[in-house]
Amino acid sequence: MRPFEQDINALNEALQEMGALVAQSVHRSVLSLVEKNEDYAHQVLRDEARINQFEIQIDDLATSIIAREQPVAGDMRFVVVAIKINTDLERMGDLAASIVERSLASLRQPQLNVEVNFTDMANLVESMVLTSLDAFVKRDAVLARGILTSDDGIDKLRNQINCQMIELMKKDPSTVERALDYILIARRLERVADHATNIAEDIIFMVKGIDVRHRDRAELAAASQS
Amino acid sequence: MSSPASKTSVDPTTIDTKTMIPTSSDAAAKHQTAAPKMRAANINFYYGSFKALHDVSLEFATNRVTALIGPSGCGKSTFLRNLNRINETLRDTRIEGEITLDGENILDKDVTEIRRRIGMVFQRPNPFPKSIFDNIIYGPKINGMLRHGNAAEIVEKSLRRAALWEEAKDKLNESAYALSGGQQQRLCIARALAVDPEVLLLDEPCSALDPIATAKIEDLLVGLKEQCTIVIVTHNMQQAARVADTTGFFLLGKLIEHDKTDIIFKNPSRRETEDYITGRFG
Repeated sequence: MRPFEQDINALNEALQEMGALVAQSVHRSVLSLVEKNEDYAHQVLRDEARINQFEIQIDDLATSIIAREQPVAGDMRFVVVAIKINTDLERMGDLAASIVERSLASLRQPQLNVEVNFTDMANLVESMVLTSLDAFVKRDAVLARGILTSDDGIDKLRNQINCQMIELMKKDPSTVERALDYILIARRLERVADHATNIAEDIIFMVKGIDVRHRDRAELAAASQS
Repeated sequence: MSSPASKTSVDPTTIDTKTMIPTSSDAAAKHQTAAPKMRAANINFYYGSFKALHDVSLEFATNRVTALIGPSGCGKSTFLRNLNRINETLRDTRIEGEITLDGENILDKDVTEIRRRIGMVFQRPNPFPKSIFDNIIYGPKINGMLRHGNAAEIVEKSLRRAALWEEAKDKLNESAYALSGGQQQRLCIARALAVDPEVLLLDEPCSALDPIATAKIEDLLVGLKEQCTIVIVTHNMQQAARVADTTGFFLLGKLIEHDKTDIIFKNPSRRETEDYITGRFG
């Protein structure tokens, strides 16, 4: 195997390893919230440092490949996308840590007297994260495309939690601090989904060479019909 | 962050990029839609019984740089050398097809006139064993372009166009061999420019030069395309990526793909092109 191919493989493997760790952190952050499990929360906080190390290592690998090999075509798209996915994964790790910080804070306060349904939103977010990583491993643009359509559901679920919390705060101002924690957690989950969507868009570019970012429905429809 | 715009049920993997919002490379393409300066149509070329080119058709846009890339023996230099009929100097060769310059078939024209209009620079600098001044003035002299007192003017203009004037102005009467390799190659470009060619052909002009001399030649080409149409054969793909507006990939005597350089190096449409430019060829 040529040194260039070895470098590309190393970059690919590092991204997959980082992706697996990030997916695990997102999963544990959700469990810490839904199951009120402090052990998971502390594990997420510990893993954040490893994720940050991966970010540095992957950027270093990618910049070395650019400097020494000047990749073009499919190789160039892979390296460019690797740098972008690296940033998205690191932000997802930060958001998982931020979710558990809120989750730990909420565990130290009296429980709210309402059932807040994080499970559906968390399941959908986790599914998007895992699918985006699967699409990356398989270089599957069709799989990635499915993630773009999931984002609608995330917004809906987040709005439900927001509305529920706003109503609660109106009725009982003493719940403001706890309700705000839940709103912020929902916001962070939504941001994790946004990063998964970014990764999906990048995978489509990597596989097809097509930039699908910032296209409205009409543009995409017109483009796909031609 | 993803925009809300990405929320759609349309399958983006089926999108035809040609219908998308124009990008910078699309703008560049629009700039290239001028009528072609040269056009090669259905070119077949034979060395004896060996067919070196197979039905090659290619257009060269006016005032643009076209790079021809491909592995050794793929036919790119053979094709280039047909564009000003240098191949005719070889025995037992034959060409089929049509090559036009401004719409006129050059294969039917006076070859001397064609070579004045279509200049050529070769892989290794090949100055004449004469002074710098005489090297430049040779072409205008044999083409009857010298008027009373304009020789010095032509020399200065040509050397300036080849970015060699500042380095050579104080030694115009010295031997061209006194120049460095990079300077000699720019002298050869100046010599080709002295007869005001409309097209300049370059066959691996930097392969014998160091990176600094190469960078000077590349800068020169980008400036020269305002004045003439340029076709360059190169083994250095980064050079093609840096200087060419469009790039053609040759393999086994066939033109596999010709497109905007941006597309060739970002997302080529043919697998053979991708394999070659990413180094996986063979």
